[in-house]
Amino acid sequence: MEEFTPKFVGARVKRREDQRLLTGQGAYVDDHHPPGLLHAAFLRSPYAHAWITQLDTSTAQTHEGVVAVLTSKDLVPLVKPVRAASKMREYKETSFPPLAVDKVRYVGEALAVVIAENRYLAEDALEGIRVEYDPLPTVANAQDAAQPDAPVLHDEAGSNVLLSREFARGDVDAALAGAAVRVCDRFRFRRHATVCMENRGCLADYHAGTGELTLRSATQCPGLLRDALADLLDMPEHCIRVVAADVGGGFGAKSSLYPEEIVLCAVARLLKRPVKWISDRQEDLKTSTQAWDEIVDAELGLQADGTIIGLRADVTTDIGAYSIYPWTATVEPIQTISFLSGPYRMPHYRGRNRGVATCKAPMGPYRGVGRPITTFVLESLIDRAARRLALDPTELRLKNYIRADEFPYKTPSGLVWDQASLTECMQKTRDVLDPGATAPWRTQARAAGRWVGIGFATYIELTGVGSAIPVSPGMPIATGTEAAFLRVDPAGTVTATFSVAPQGQGHETALAQVVADALGVSFDSVRVICGDTALAPQGTGTYASRSAVLAGGAAIRAGQTLKEKALKIAGHMMESNPADLDIRDDQVFLRDKPERRLPFRDVAKTAYAGLRRLPKDMEPGLEVTRFYDPFFGTASSATHVAVVEVDTETYAVTIKRYIVVEDCGRIINPLIVDGQVRGGVAQGIGAALYEEVVYNDEGQLLTGSLVDYLVPTASELLPIEVHHIETPSPTTLGGFRGMGEGGTIGAPAAIANAVSDALSHLGIEINEIPITPEKLFRLVRAAQADER
Amino acid sequence: MSEPNEHSQARPITLRVNGTEHRGQVEPRKLLVDFLREDLGLTGSHVGCEHGICGACTILINGESARSCLMLAVQADGAELMTVEGLAPQSGGPPALPGKTGQLHPLQTAFWEHHGLQCGFCTPGMLMTAYDLLQTNAAPSEAEIRAGLSAVLCRCTGYQGIVEAVQAAAETLRARRGGQL
Repeated sequence: MEEFTPKFVGARVKRREDQRLLTGQGAYVDDHHPPGLLHAAFLRSPYAHAWITQLDTSTAQTHEGVVAVLTSKDLVPLVKPVRAASKMREYKETSFPPLAVDKVRYVGEALAVVIAENRYLAEDALEGIRVEYDPLPTVANAQDAAQPDAPVLHDEAGSNVLLSREFARGDVDAALAGAAVRVCDRFRFRRHATVCMENRGCLADYHAGTGELTLRSATQCPGLLRDALADLLDMPEHCIRVVAADVGGGFGAKSSLYPEEIVLCAVARLLKRPVKWISDRQEDLKTSTQAWDEIVDAELGLQADGTIIGLRADVTTDIGAYSIYPWTATVEPIQTISFLSGPYRMPHYRGRNRGVATCKAPMGPYRGVGRPITTFVLESLIDRAARRLALDPTELRLKNYIRADEFPYKTPSGLVWDQASLTECMQKTRDVLDPGATAPWRTQARAAGRWVGIGFATYIELTGVGSAIPVSPGMPIATGTEAAFLRVDPAGTVTATFSVAPQGQGHETALAQVVADALGVSFDSVRVICGDTALAPQGTGTYASRSAVLAGGAAIRAGQTLKEKALKIAGHMMESNPADLDIRDDQVFLRDKPERRLPFRDVAKTAYAGLRRLPKDMEPGLEVTRFYDPFFGTASSATHVAVVEVDTETYAVTIKRYIVVEDCGRIINPLIVDGQVRGGVAQGIGAALYEEVVYNDEGQLLTGSLVDYLVPTASELLPIEVHHIETPSPTTLGGFRGMGEGGTIGAPAAIANAVSDALSHLGIEINEIPITPEKLFRLVRAAQADER
Repeated sequence: MSEPNEHSQARPITLRVNGTEHRGQVEPRKLLVDFLREDLGLTGSHVGCEHGICGACTILINGESARSCLMLAVQADGAELMTVEGLAPQSGGPPALPGKTGQLHPLQTAFWEHHGLQCGFCTPGMLMTAYDLLQTNAAPSEAEIRAGLSAVLCRCTGYQGIVEAVQAAAETLRARRGGQL
């Protein structure tokens, strides 16, 4: 039963989620209004770092419609503080209280919560809370914060440096000393926000009769939340149900446990009434996890013929004020130095990283986690080396890619690439770009005084990560497995339940395609349910490009197990050898004599009819839960190309053409895959050109609205040309590779390289993201001044 | 919430939503989108920013697209509103099975066919904005569609499927009813 014959897998099946979402019948958190619902509003700190010297809620308690006002004093007996633990060496664990205790550490940190009959009244009552602060010095940026004399955010850590880590292979210092060419720079990737269109929000309800606590949340990880809440609230895990129905985008920012989720659970339990909190946009920009705020000093050495011999890098990551659960402050720093060696043979390597606490919203996962930065750094260095060596940048890449016969390839940081089609992706990219036409266009445009450029970027990443080198190294959670629970009912229709929980990725469609093929039934016979811990088998959620690989693999296993049993029952019914039977299109048939057939639903009905109708010793029923752990995980890779023009007067960058050639293994649904790639690239374009979270030196957020934090609109974007090399993964069930993050990983690097190419006549090399007109103006002015 | 009490300054309002008349008592400060969602149970219009940028709450007010988060419910007294719930032709038959399409407006069908949505949160606002665009321009160019839709933010799709969907819907509508929505 190892064979997997796709029929629906690979087809452009239109999504079945869409019917409800197109007609306004989605079920996002805020769409739920249970009877007796109360509403929460949080009092948030206007200071970046301060002692709370007074917090008096007595007036607020008397406001109209107010049911309760709580501070950390009230919560201490109800919940434990969150401690994001990891056994990783050189990581310092710190506490993240759900409501600030004594001290606030970033603007927007919650100190108190008002519970009232409606949100308007709850917000009114916030003004009745009397609070006094004694400001402390702001810890504004990671470099200053890492100094020995810097004010310390967490006394228990003794320093703002919460993590130091190094990965190394070979002797990079000696290798670089002997290199014919060395290129280096300081790269700066500025802080970014995910900006899900649905702000975070949750609704907690405690049923005193059954003792069940239900949390509806806009989360990617219902399973992780349930496990954590059981511990924090000291409740039996089987009494907690976490539901993520429709969720309006996640991109990593909804994969962590947030203070508001804990507070609402505690309050619902205390008041025995349902309580809802929906973030407004300013709160979301202030308090949802932010990412990618890194400074990377990197140096690449090559031989005279362009062969890469080594890379060394020192990275400083601004991890914000708190270490977020469960990913900890290590998530981005570790991934950065893990992936920095890229898709190239890298004999000598050293990557060092420091994760430094500052007075900003906590750092957490955002689409690509570290890889958008590593790809930007390494691919920029490759282009610099190509210029120094007067080599074609694509040829330099082709020369250094890990070759087909070198897989599985162990990276300097210990990751294993099972296999990738790097060379094929680049060759196809060049074909699509058509250098015969593009190069003359560039030459002519430049001759006319236009600033146009072409930039390439290749990345490789680890997806569908199993338990060998988990997504959560050293953390007390299991992220290497997922399960599928399949139930065939007596009418022959299938309910497939998973712990993975989508936020737009189309699991209800894609996983139904996989189940239908594994079992041999029609697509319409399969219904997929995700995101409800009361229904789902044990698992965590959707993050780290894992759902297609882990849930898809579990679906294949479960489908094949049920198919095996169904064939035994059918063989008994048809007086045939089960080995001679197969199932297709809801029919069981004899392979050699397809006209001898039986409807699958008759088999399903028989499965529940009792022992009298079943083969001897067979247990009745047709349902199963199967788990899958892909162990090492599987590589996904792509080459991106951006063709850009920089306006010589406004310095605005326009993308003229954008091409992606990617390999995500066997494609389950091309419609969904192309949508994920294009959406990912759109976020990468936003990151590269427009978006930046800005805090001033006092730790005040200057980008607290969508007027200030610029998400691309339809007018800024263009059709993305997406092409595929489809190489089924040799290591995963079904051959799937994860692909939800790749678009975002490649885009900033390709765009930066294209802009550097466009400005190469001025000697300008981009080393900072985002590339805003103001920065380009300054660079061009400086370059022109140098020339004079 | 909308029940008047002795302290309440609730005002009576009457408006038509998707062809049905509704009467309600609302506090003067209540946002129109909150009235639609909480008082009328029309949760299809979403609240994404409450400062008029994201466009998820876009509805039609007296035939023109507008942000229901930037307007008070009392300001809509006497108005004719259309929300995403009113877009599809109302069928008298049984509801569609899960995953099966019931009757859809050509815009909704085109969004479905061209993968014009992922998480679906911006979709109601996107649909209503596209509806307004097509009623003023039956044959928009790609650039006109992009400009028209730039009033609504989508974080999932990169807009490509949305733009293709609006192009396709415009064609369908032109062929079917001479462009009439």
